[in-house]
Amino acid sequence: MQKKLNIGLLIVIFILLAVPFVVPNSFYLDLAIRMAINAMIVLGLNLLIGFAGQISLGHAGFLGIGAYASAVLPTHFGWHPLLAMLGGCVITGILAALVARPIFKLKGHYLAMATLGLGIIINITLRNEAQLTGGPDGMPVPPMSLFGTEIYSDKTWYWIVAALLVIAVWASQNLIDSPFGRALRALHGSEVASQVVGVNVVRYKVSIFVLSAVFASLMGSITAHYIGFVSPNFADFFHSIELVTMVVVGGMASVFGSLVGAVLLTALPQALTSFEGWETVVFGAILMGFMIFLPKGIVPTLAAKFGKGE
Amino acid sequence: MALLEVKDLSIHFGGVKAVQNVSFSIDQGIVYSVIGPNGAGKTTLFNLITGIYTPTTGEIRLDGETIHGKSPDQLAERGMARTFQNLQICMNMSAVENVMVGAHLRLDRNLFKAALRLPGLRRRDAELRAEATQLMHFVGLDAYVNERADAMPYGALKRLEIARALAMKPRIIFLDEPAAGLNPRETIEVDHLVRKVADSGITVVLVEHDMKMVMNLSDRILVLDYGKKLAEGSGAEVRNNPDVIAAYLGAHA
Repeated sequence: MQKKLNIGLLIVIFILLAVPFVVPNSFYLDLAIRMAINAMIVLGLNLLIGFAGQISLGHAGFLGIGAYASAVLPTHFGWHPLLAMLGGCVITGILAALVARPIFKLKGHYLAMATLGLGIIINITLRNEAQLTGGPDGMPVPPMSLFGTEIYSDKTWYWIVAALLVIAVWASQNLIDSPFGRALRALHGSEVASQVVGVNVVRYKVSIFVLSAVFASLMGSITAHYIGFVSPNFADFFHSIELVTMVVVGGMASVFGSLVGAVLLTALPQALTSFEGWETVVFGAILMGFMIFLPKGIVPTLAAKFGKGE
Repeated sequence: MALLEVKDLSIHFGGVKAVQNVSFSIDQGIVYSVIGPNGAGKTTLFNLITGIYTPTTGEIRLDGETIHGKSPDQLAERGMARTFQNLQICMNMSAVENVMVGAHLRLDRNLFKAALRLPGLRRRDAELRAEATQLMHFVGLDAYVNERADAMPYGALKRLEIARALAMKPRIIFLDEPAAGLNPRETIEVDHLVRKVADSGITVVLVEHDMKMVMNLSDRILVLDYGKKLAEGSGAEVRNNPDVIAAYLGAHA
């Protein structure tokens, strides 16, 4: 099992190393960066949804907090971008921990509704606090600076994001195959069984919720610096749904499924632009097709078919 | 002193008095069985003691400490293990991982150490995997070590639950109908397994319908009927108790 996972990681590293030399122009490099960022968000979200079995329909809200922390704190308060990024993570972590306790007393539909509400509240707050956030128009984000140099080039961003992605994949794999990860999967499999062996179910749900939220916040900050602009759409409800869709299409409880889902659904809208106005319809039809023919997600279905498993 | 003491335990679900004023105590190291007709409140009694339900009234003491109102994970910390009448297996995990989850409290559960794959943690995990494999051997599941739980037959899953409970290294183990749904040969195997568990020094509390197994294993037996204690005693005492006979055969004694 261990060897197989490492082969997966090596493949990811190989692809990431090859991409900058294969892509024909900066448009595709930009797409690759967006794919990698989404892949990391989806990895975190999959820990929550796929492994721990808890839904969140408000994750774009946390992304928004991170993005706006990176925009607002340096612009209005003169924070260093790295410190602002950290600040976003701390704010997100505290908020997620505060709301998670009451939320995780809920199950199923109620949990979905509560996280949905949370995401919407964050979105509305970002829209309405116009003197800080620029309101619906959004605001520019100062460039990220590392060791005194400001980062503008897509190539540099690519390598940063690629390195982070490799670390994220490695850490997720480690986490899943650890006592912590087993407890998460066990409470998904049977909550009462995990309780009677000593798993404090609420504490584990809260931990993984906070972890995946902080992850989303971090990626929000990175996206904001990369694009150089934030708008409330970052924290939009539809963005939350898009992230959940990536988890489901790629494969629940699958590390590589998260990557495949993120890559595919980031690329698909670009590939469908030729449908001119009908792309949303085609997009929806393709998603329906996935759910009908690959209900367990792409990677788990293929893995079962070829008898490998993760 | 008794390991487990239950005093005047009751729980009401609305108007239904599922368990009423039940008292008994269980000494360390014995096999204690709870029997009774369907709906007598046996599983409810287990759920009360193991913290799944909170009693309406009454007192439960483990080793002298009141455990009333403690959650199942807090009771697990105090050495209480159980299995379920309706299987509670994590079907999303492999068989050996299910057993490893049983050792949850004995491990370093730190999230960050796990994510960084620290060598100490990895070594401990490898040891645990070996220990879990050993436990699967103990319950007779050698053939399934690398199997996914959802690919295992029912009888094997019943024993997998016992292996998971044993991985906790418990002081007292509650087995809720370990032989339910098993064929006669499998029942005998579970009978032997429960004997082995008891011989290893763990106090066993057993709910079971198979009377041969109950009479064979039990040091003491509690009989419940309509949520009330009907009788308590050794196998022979219970067997010859007219109230018990009446409850089982439906005759008016």
